Amino acid sequence: MKYLLSFLLLAGIGWMGMTPPMGDPDAKTILAKVDKNMASKTQVVESEMIVYGARKNRTIRSKSYTEGDSKSFTEYLAPAREKGTKMLKLDNRLWIYSPTTDRTIQLSGHMLKQSVMGSDLSYEDMMEDHELTEVYNAKVVGKETVSGRATWVLELNAKVPDVSYVKRKLWVDQERYVPLKEELFAKSGQLLKRVSLSDVTKVGNRWFPKRMNYKDVLKSGKGTDFVVLEIAFDKAIPPHLLSKAALRK
Amino acid sequence: MIRFLLKGILRDKSRSILPIIVVCIGVSLTVTLSGYMRGAFRGMIDQNARFQTGHVKLMTKAYNENKDQLPTDLALLEVGALMEDLKRDYPDMLWVMRTRFGGLIDVPDENGETKGQGPASGIALDLLHPETGEINRMNLARSLVSGQLPKKAGEALVGHDFAEKLGVKLGDEVTYFGTTMNGSMTFQNFVVSGTIRFGAAAMDRGAIVVDISDAQLMLDMEDGTAEVLGYFSQNVYDHSKAQLLADGFNEKFAKSEDEFAPVMLTLKEQNNLAEMIDYANATSAIFVMIFVIAMSVVLWNTGLLGGLRRYREFGIRLALGEPKGRIYGSLLVEAFIIGAIGSVIGTLIGLGAVYYLQVYGIDVSEFTKQSTMLMPSVIRAEITPSLFYIGFIPGVLAMLLGNMLSGMGIYKRETARLFKELEV
Repeated sequence: MKYLLSFLLLAGIGWMGMTPPMGDPDAKTILAKVDKNMASKTQVVESEMIVYGARKNRTIRSKSYTEGDSKSFTEYLAPAREKGTKMLKLDNRLWIYSPTTDRTIQLSGHMLKQSVMGSDLSYEDMMEDHELTEVYNAKVVGKETVSGRATWVLELNAKVPDVSYVKRKLWVDQERYVPLKEELFAKSGQLLKRVSLSDVTKVGNRWFPKRMNYKDVLKSGKGTDFVVLEIAFDKAIPPHLLSKAALRK
Repeated sequence: MIRFLLKGILRDKSRSILPIIVVCIGVSLTVTLSGYMRGAFRGMIDQNARFQTGHVKLMTKAYNENKDQLPTDLALLEVGALMEDLKRDYPDMLWVMRTRFGGLIDVPDENGETKGQGPASGIALDLLHPETGEINRMNLARSLVSGQLPKKAGEALVGHDFAEKLGVKLGDEVTYFGTTMNGSMTFQNFVVSGTIRFGAAAMDRGAIVVDISDAQLMLDMEDGTAEVLGYFSQNVYDHSKAQLLADGFNEKFAKSEDEFAPVMLTLKEQNNLAEMIDYANATSAIFVMIFVIAMSVVLWNTGLLGGLRRYREFGIRLALGEPKGRIYGSLLVEAFIIGAIGSVIGTLIGLGAVYYLQVYGIDVSEFTKQSTMLMPSVIRAEITPSLFYIGFIPGVLAMLLGNMLSGMGIYKRETARLFKELEV
């Protein structure tokens, strides 16, 4: 009897150690709530990308239409050099149309890891829009305060092949379920990028960070700011916009 | 005494012919190989100077610190004024603008979409103004495989292997896709006027050569360039002159903290060429030393044989009362004269061979297929002032050393035994 009680006590302690404290959701639940805020069936975004160069800064304005995680169309609106340039992503292929040369160039493979317009974002970063729960296994590894907000620290490891970042670390706002900070790692464990998310705003029934700073840790400089000017979720996108026909129009 | 010894050398050929021949062979080989090595190294240095480093090179300080990445965003600006200043301050030099850049070359199909693509390794230089000498300097005309050099803006040369792989023909249009110096995306169409073989596989797969004005336009580099290269008017690198020039130029900006201020580097300060030049000099010195040692051993042996042959002569001279030191001294003077004769003849033969190799060179085109930008098809020797003594002095020294060693036997002769030996 004594031994049975001891065993039950130890088993109980062990079970408590494995489960999160009362009131704290598990990693999968946290990630699902993050996806509910960040991901959607479609997105129409007007944004500015501020690239901090060695000699001067540049602000590039664009409008993007995204459907799921496999289709995306972007048209650059300003400055004059970029105006009229269009990008189309279908699955893992990317096409770029240049109005000055009237050429459509396809990028794939390692070219997608190249920097977009001298920024700290790669083409892969620009194209990425999958739900985290579909791609990563997560676990909670701690709690921290970021920009005065209490966050859970999640470690994500890819469960599918062919992802841009095999490992991620997320600092998720405990109240709003929005990432406030991200670290992106290579397969080797090398830290590649650091993302800071801020200006979290209510859009409909979601919380969404309207300002992101991407910092390529392998480069010097201030990184690249990505500012969302307008965003609409689950809006109907005309099918022709997500096809190659839209590139040359 | 010298005239007496000289008569002895000339009349008794058996004691002089062999050492003279040995010294002659050694000296001529040393001179020839030194001249060839110097010529080959000079050729390599010359290639570096023509293709990459110039005799001096100007770039911004920031560009210099990151030059392996070809950071066009750190390029020189207001280059027009800079070039004017350089021409005024250093009129003996020839100054040219160059920009190297990376990106993508895309080949369109009939619908304007991607048919083929490859990473681009771009070189922009002044192709449209012959007075800059860039076409000859870069060996472009000789390296053409097909077509012709660009005659106007918007034309380009591409790597021959790349063109073949993608089915690009002369007159076809290719698109360069890259990033401007400000980071914007840039696209530029070029008409392929010719194909070229560079001699380096990585470049032949995706190289593109365009005029500097095209690069300035497509990279948003108005009045800018990544590098300014300077060449001495005689086209021969003189390190002391180059160092003086660079020091004088850099002094003007020594106190500037601006990362975009220009800095001038000499050829030796780039591409580890200092090590190469030192290596060339060290190799030459080692070669000469090996020659001296080897020749000394051979001549010591020759001296020993000669000593044996003249055993009786030395014995008589000792018996007649000639001091050992004097006999030894006369032996060394003879060695010097023989060494000098052999060295003079050997140097003349060596110089002749070097001159021949300088004019005609050794054709290595079988191994390099054809003349290319990076490797010439003919490797030439070079006559330099040092060749006049680089064989002569060791030739004399080797003879002296050999005889010094072999002549030690004189001191071992015992006067008491002389007459007994002479009786025999």
